[in-house]
Amino acid sequence: MGNLKTKRKTLSPKNTLIEVARFTVLGLLAVFSAVPLLVTVWNSLKTQVEIANNPLGLPSDPKWQNYLDAWTVGNFGTGFASSVAVVVGSVLLIAIVSTMAAYALSRLDFPKSGTLILYLLVLNSLPIQLFLVPLFFVWSRLGLYDTHLGLVIIYTAVNAPFATLLLRSFMIGIPRDYEDAARVDGAGEFKVFLSVTLPLVWSGILTISLVACLAVYNEFFLALMFIQSPELMPISTSLFNFRNGFSTNFPLQAAAGMMMLAPMMLAFLVLHKRFVSGITSSGLAGS
Amino acid sequence: MQKKQIRIGWFYLLPLLTVNGVVVFLPAVSNVFLSFTSWSGLGQPKWIGIDNYIRLLQDDVVHQAILRNLVWTLIFLIVPMGLALFGAYLVLRAPAAGTFFRLVFFTPYIVSTVVSASVWSFLYSPTLGLSPLLFGAGADTPNLLGNGDTALYAVALANIWQWWGFLMMVFFAAMQSVNPSLYEAAELDGAGAFRKLISVTLPAIRPTIMFLALMTVIWSFLIFDYIFIMTGGGPAGKTEVLGTLLYKSAFWSREAGYAASIGVLMGLISLFVVGIYLSLRKRLKWEI
Repeated sequence: MGNLKTKRKTLSPKNTLIEVARFTVLGLLAVFSAVPLLVTVWNSLKTQVEIANNPLGLPSDPKWQNYLDAWTVGNFGTGFASSVAVVVGSVLLIAIVSTMAAYALSRLDFPKSGTLILYLLVLNSLPIQLFLVPLFFVWSRLGLYDTHLGLVIIYTAVNAPFATLLLRSFMIGIPRDYEDAARVDGAGEFKVFLSVTLPLVWSGILTISLVACLAVYNEFFLALMFIQSPELMPISTSLFNFRNGFSTNFPLQAAAGMMMLAPMMLAFLVLHKRFVSGITSSGLAGS
Repeated sequence: MQKKQIRIGWFYLLPLLTVNGVVVFLPAVSNVFLSFTSWSGLGQPKWIGIDNYIRLLQDDVVHQAILRNLVWTLIFLIVPMGLALFGAYLVLRAPAAGTFFRLVFFTPYIVSTVVSASVWSFLYSPTLGLSPLLFGAGADTPNLLGNGDTALYAVALANIWQWWGFLMMVFFAAMQSVNPSLYEAAELDGAGAFRKLISVTLPAIRPTIMFLALMTVIWSFLIFDYIFIMTGGGPAGKTEVLGTLLYKSAFWSREAGYAASIGVLMGLISLFVVGIYLSLRKRLKWEI
């Protein structure tokens, strides 16, 4: 009977077989996930002739010039500058707006928080398409169409409800004793928010900022709708235009794609723990 | 004290409510109004009652689009969810190599739609990509994106590639918090790995599965990016979905009123799905 308690499995032939099967399946899934990106990396370094002869294999003589060409032809300098402006603006605004709202919904005795949370949940599941047409015409009239500011405001409105819900669940877990003590000591409400709560929830704010950063940088539909001038387009839509213009030049397309991916890939490699925890908690939000 | 806290509470909520009111709430309400009008986007909208909705009900293109949204929903409820549950379970039980596999599976999620769509368009190319390798090179090599019978599935596969690693990561996190004593009890009953997945793991993470299923259904009815970038709704309208139809009605054929009614239809579908989810949650007493 003592055997039942030893959890370590001996490698019987049957268990070995199970192990082999498990790693085979994991390996196949890894191939599915990794190969399309690896092929793109390789192809970004080939000439068009080489891609035609050897579409999936390694490049024989890496042609780094492709990256320079794609950068110049696709005007990526402007695209990146626009993306940086839009991402920084949106993330800052999302962080401020949702931190304030989450504070009210979790750390003040606010009676209507249940209703408001439901409102945010419903708001978050409404399709962009439901408000797209009127918003387009309102933005044109207000002079916000085809401006970075206009896009930043839209991204904030679209992303802030969910960021608020995430931050709220993060803030609820922290005891309120600190704020109460500060209030007893006579600290004003803003002082409580800025110098007591903010330092406590800093890590949660960073996490939602990272999630928002990825979402805004990669966003396509709203950028397509609300930015028309090529010199104002963020990288996602300028890449889309570039693709349409050079639909047969696969090496340049691959190089351009890699350049768009690079900043997020870098952030992911450096901050993958925070990335994963932030994005995971957005998927766990309803449970 | 209480009253003061309420006032302060509203103050902190004001930015969020304002920006949402301007961008989402008010336009959504006026969209409902627009859906009862005929409007090209210029000049005055003309009130036409429920004509747009009658047209919506009779429009075969819309029916086909809804059908494709349903097919998309079904595919996404089964394939990526299945892959993710299975992948997470395998990773969970192979702790040493698990981190590596998780990162590999998750990486496509950070790739943007534009890049992912261009990667897969290349792979589907009948002359260069995977098709000649899989089906043999020649004049009859299938053009998966160019053929109306396969295009929707080809686009879906590209989206699944990017999406399933995210689901896997979430399921993995949920599975990690399952109480280990449940597994031990099942082992004492002689349950094998598969039995444990079915009768311990899946029931324990059911709230997560249900939430992601809800999101999957909602997103599947809103799908736009992948289809717009990879096929543009073609070939011959064979991949047209509600999202692309709305876009084209509003900005290509200049029928903003009709587009608004498609938007209302999409909103109603979302609200309907959320309603089912919330009432299920209430009836089954799941925790929030």
